[in-house]
Amino acid sequence: MTQPPTSATSRPPVIVVGAGPVGLTVTLDLVFRGVRDVILLDEGDGPAVGSRAICWSRRSLEILSRLGLGRQLVERGFTWQTGRVFQGDEELFRFDLQPEPGYGHPAFINLSQHEFEAALIERLAAVGHPGVAWRHRVTGLTQAADHVSLAVETPDGPRSFRAAWVVAADGPRSTLRRLLGLSCVGRVFDERFLIADVRTNVDLGQERRFWFHPPFHPGDSALMHRQPGNIFRIDFQLGVDADPVAERKPERIMPRLERVLGDRTRFELIWASVYIFQCSRLERFVHGRVIFAGDSAHQVSPFGARGGNSGIHDADNLAWKLALVVEGKAGPALLESYNAERVVACDENILHSTRATDFMSPKPGMATALRDAVLDFARTQPFARALINSGRLSVPAVLDGSPLNGADDPASPRPARPGAVCPDAPFRGEDGRPGWLLDRLGRGFVGLYIAPSTGVPAEVAKAAARWRHLSVPISLLAVREADDMAGLVRSRYGAAPGSFVLIRPDQHIAARFRTFDVAAVEAARARALGGKADPEEAVCVA
Amino acid sequence: MRGLTSALNLPDPDGFYVELVRIYDGLDRDAAEAVSARLILLLCNHIGDLAVLREAFSLARGASPVKE
Repeated sequence: MTQPPTSATSRPPVIVVGAGPVGLTVTLDLVFRGVRDVILLDEGDGPAVGSRAICWSRRSLEILSRLGLGRQLVERGFTWQTGRVFQGDEELFRFDLQPEPGYGHPAFINLSQHEFEAALIERLAAVGHPGVAWRHRVTGLTQAADHVSLAVETPDGPRSFRAAWVVAADGPRSTLRRLLGLSCVGRVFDERFLIADVRTNVDLGQERRFWFHPPFHPGDSALMHRQPGNIFRIDFQLGVDADPVAERKPERIMPRLERVLGDRTRFELIWASVYIFQCSRLERFVHGRVIFAGDSAHQVSPFGARGGNSGIHDADNLAWKLALVVEGKAGPALLESYNAERVVACDENILHSTRATDFMSPKPGMATALRDAVLDFARTQPFARALINSGRLSVPAVLDGSPLNGADDPASPRPARPGAVCPDAPFRGEDGRPGWLLDRLGRGFVGLYIAPSTGVPAEVAKAAARWRHLSVPISLLAVREADDMAGLVRSRYGAAPGSFVLIRPDQHIAARFRTFDVAAVEAARARALGGKADPEEAVCVA
Repeated sequence: MRGLTSALNLPDPDGFYVELVRIYDGLDRDAAEAVSARLILLLCNHIGDLAVLREAFSLARGASPVKE
């Protein structure tokens, strides 16, 4: 049992409730950003049992690489980028989630949530965090103007905690959500699914496979993913009338698996569950000093891998903002932007998730006729392939319309516009060895400057020297032609010599400029911090 | 941009109509429904203009009573 630390400073700590992927990522990111006093509580005994979330997207891996962990996860996980879609026995088409080379991480890895969490817990220990306080169950919450009080059941009896901020990452059945009297609003789908993880030497392929009308299963659809160690996840659509209690019994599960894998000597059932899902969210994610992230704030269907990944993206968006607010370097407007940005991202996830579900489980009648017509045409009519929706897989939201976005250079490629995640590209490392652009961005604001062949002009160097001393610094990353090893920085950013891209601490683009302008860059930075420049910086801008 | 055409756009209206009806000859209700679904998809993709399609959707749906 790890005892949670008592506060070392007079400032109350940040308390993160829920040590799942989201809570662990927020905690790790806060610690990385210098907020040492973070208490992580969880009511369970240890990392999640069973595999639960398994698909981790490129963006999530990029975020975890920023925290020193992404490549290790890639090594532990099963890498994939191809999806195959079948109708019955026949393959309709396949898709490639990373058709272009030149990214430092794969499109996806599959790794069980248990192993994912275990890796983050190891990493927390490695950076000197005391770790998860397991078997700590929050039972009460009171908000005051400058702190939050939590009543917590611990193995040593009830205890009260005081926090400057609380991150509620306590999952779909969030206790904190209930204690605040909040609920998620949206659609509950009544379709039931059986999910099973099996270990087998039967070769079920390397790719994501999705079946409409699977030959081995009487239901509407099935989905299969490969995990490390010859483990496969198979997801069976059971329909609306399935009895969840009966379907959970091994005598029901095993025959279903035998129709996929052959007789039961050829596989071992590791874990299974019957579930339904909903597409819903809280109206707001920030409630006073309690901030919701991940499944406590929103839920989606599993088709598209948008649950776990969107939670990691929440953590990425929140941690730098909360760290600056805790340190007094930014005001509440910056935290409010977490709400604005992640609500929009959440709605995008819910939209995709709802559409996929409606395609996979159409209502009887004409909706089913149209869906089947799409499937019938998939082999002969190229347009129909684009209509087939077996889940649109997680990509990070572009935060168009965010209050933090600054100036745009509309002549440059749209994928790298303000609000977008920085595209990765091969980039020469500081040691001169081949590396990746995202690895060079660090933790703070970065000014990506495309240096002309004559080198970095004095005006830019002078601004960069001053920026280093700001309370929230900007570090200059000058791109020389030789650094841009594959020319992909230029093509992905459309960057002409002398152009400048301001990058946020979460690797989103804040603003971009065709020509360098000190005042414009500094105004964009102030805006990306929630719009309030502090007096020290007013001097700099003047 | 031009919206949905309501003026006649078919060179041989009577001939067209006969051909349209004929695609359903000899089909039961389910098979006819499948044919309609395929036809709708082909034509929607051919038109491609979502504004025009929305106009058509709304005209087609009209004041059809909702049955629950």
